[in-house]
Amino acid sequence: MPVISVADLTKSYPGRKAVNGISFEVQKGETFALLGPNGAGKTTTIEILEGYRIADGGVAKVLGLDPQADRMELKQRTGLVLQTTALEPELTVAETLAAFARLYARPESQEKVLASVNLAHVTRTRVGNLSGGQKRRLEIALGIIGSPELLFLDEPTTGLDPEARRKIWTLIRGLNEAGCTILLSSHYMDEVKALADRMAIMVDGKIAAEGRPEELQALHASHATIRFDTHGKPLAGLPASLAGLVRIEHGVAIIDTADPVPVLHQLTGWAIEHKADLASLSVNRQSLEDIYLKLAGKGEEAVTREAAE
Amino acid sequence: MTMLFEEALHQLKLFARRPVAMFFVIAMPLMLLLVLTQLFGNERIEGLGLNTAQFYTPALAVFGVVMACYTYLAVSTATARDLGILKRIRGTPMPPWVYICARILAVSVIAFTSLVLVIATGALVFGVEIIWDRVPAAIMVAIAGALCFAALGMMITALFRSSETVQAATSATIMPLAFISDIFVRPNTETSEWIPVIGNLFPLRHFSVAFQHAFDHAYEGSGFALPDADGIVFSILPHLGVMALWGIGAAFVAARFFNWDTRPS
Repeated sequence: MPVISVADLTKSYPGRKAVNGISFEVQKGETFALLGPNGAGKTTTIEILEGYRIADGGVAKVLGLDPQADRMELKQRTGLVLQTTALEPELTVAETLAAFARLYARPESQEKVLASVNLAHVTRTRVGNLSGGQKRRLEIALGIIGSPELLFLDEPTTGLDPEARRKIWTLIRGLNEAGCTILLSSHYMDEVKALADRMAIMVDGKIAAEGRPEELQALHASHATIRFDTHGKPLAGLPASLAGLVRIEHGVAIIDTADPVPVLHQLTGWAIEHKADLASLSVNRQSLEDIYLKLAGKGEEAVTREAAE
Repeated sequence: MTMLFEEALHQLKLFARRPVAMFFVIAMPLMLLLVLTQLFGNERIEGLGLNTAQFYTPALAVFGVVMACYTYLAVSTATARDLGILKRIRGTPMPPWVYICARILAVSVIAFTSLVLVIATGALVFGVEIIWDRVPAAIMVAIAGALCFAALGMMITALFRSSETVQAATSATIMPLAFISDIFVRPNTETSEWIPVIGNLFPLRHFSVAFQHAFDHAYEGSGFALPDADGIVFSILPHLGVMALWGIGAAFVAARFFNWDTRPS
């Protein structure tokens, strides 16, 4: 049985469709990421699964239960970190954790949790005096204090500096290795690549692509990009079959192709014949980042078009 | 039940760490008692069986209860909502009603502390006599008032979205009401006749008048209906009734419109 299963889920707010018919499953022990730009519908999806919001249509099951009807039981068995930090600034770190620990039937040891989120040295510090990264780690501690089977992490590192982000990544990996299933949302591809077993790229309320990172790469990055410096010279005598593919940007010739081998053969042949300098030649497959930006960009275009109409 | 008491203790701890709230709820009623009694002189108020401190002691005790149960409850709940804390609590296994009841229980404890401090100060500094026979009736009135104003506080939190507007709404309601409800102004000062009439429409005057009778030597007896020398009976029951009406109405509005998040779901 999947830990999360979502089918044809929809949710609208006045004037816009936040979630527009998405489906995915998360298996036990997985870290699954919803990746997408702001407004893609990630938080709405997570908040439906957490029981905060009621879907307009479709099916959402968490641990085989209904997020609304079985909300009380799910609250015992799942942990969450909301998108925005929500802590009482007047309390100390230890007091904050203790206040949450007493709400759960089977709480973890508080010392163990504080050590695992690397806050054992600031237990008596008031929450208001913590750094952004420390606050976020404390919230992760609150998320796991009830020994959850599933943890929701809604943009856990947004707004943090690179070092604080890396610390949280290490922490999340550790939680997953300890057996916790994780649903993560993020708008950083590097974060998703570092943490997720599988991802769904959400754009404009829909899932634009889904799979393991390498699957997505294979599926969407069939194109290779060939680049070389023209040194400002016109590309005289280029075979017609190549000339149609080349575009020049800032003095760099760029060829996008699904089949780079014959293109390179023609190109190098032309270069030998015309004594052209190809010292800067590079061939790149599209990175996941490129794929993500392309998909997210399409979504933005669609939004702009919609707004224009 | 344990969860309720633990959460109430937790809320009390938070209050103790908020100096501004402590000032308005605990210190201000005491300061007003000292200042107003000095200002007017602690002499017998004409036409009443009370001297100045005997009037202001219960009046400001009531004011302290209202500051805790109405103003502090509304503002602190709205602030917690602004910070996302209400939403986060909603994501834990604590039942929502436990959290709300714990907040109300906590402000009631704070209100009772403030009330006892004001009365003790009145008794020790100005020799206000406590009529011990009437303490049970006074406690009854204080509990009714605390619950009524807690319901009104939750109603304000439910009707206004941000902590700033909730703060403004509580001040804008309680300050004018305190002037027409026998709290800041002694009743025999020359006021228009319509002021008590307007005051009587709202729960605050009923709270203060009923509570003040526990300290009024013009009446005799200890129960909920006190006869004076001419046999005119003062009963606290209509006052309790008005408070109950307002409280129940406010609780319905609060339950209907209360939101755990600043954004609609």
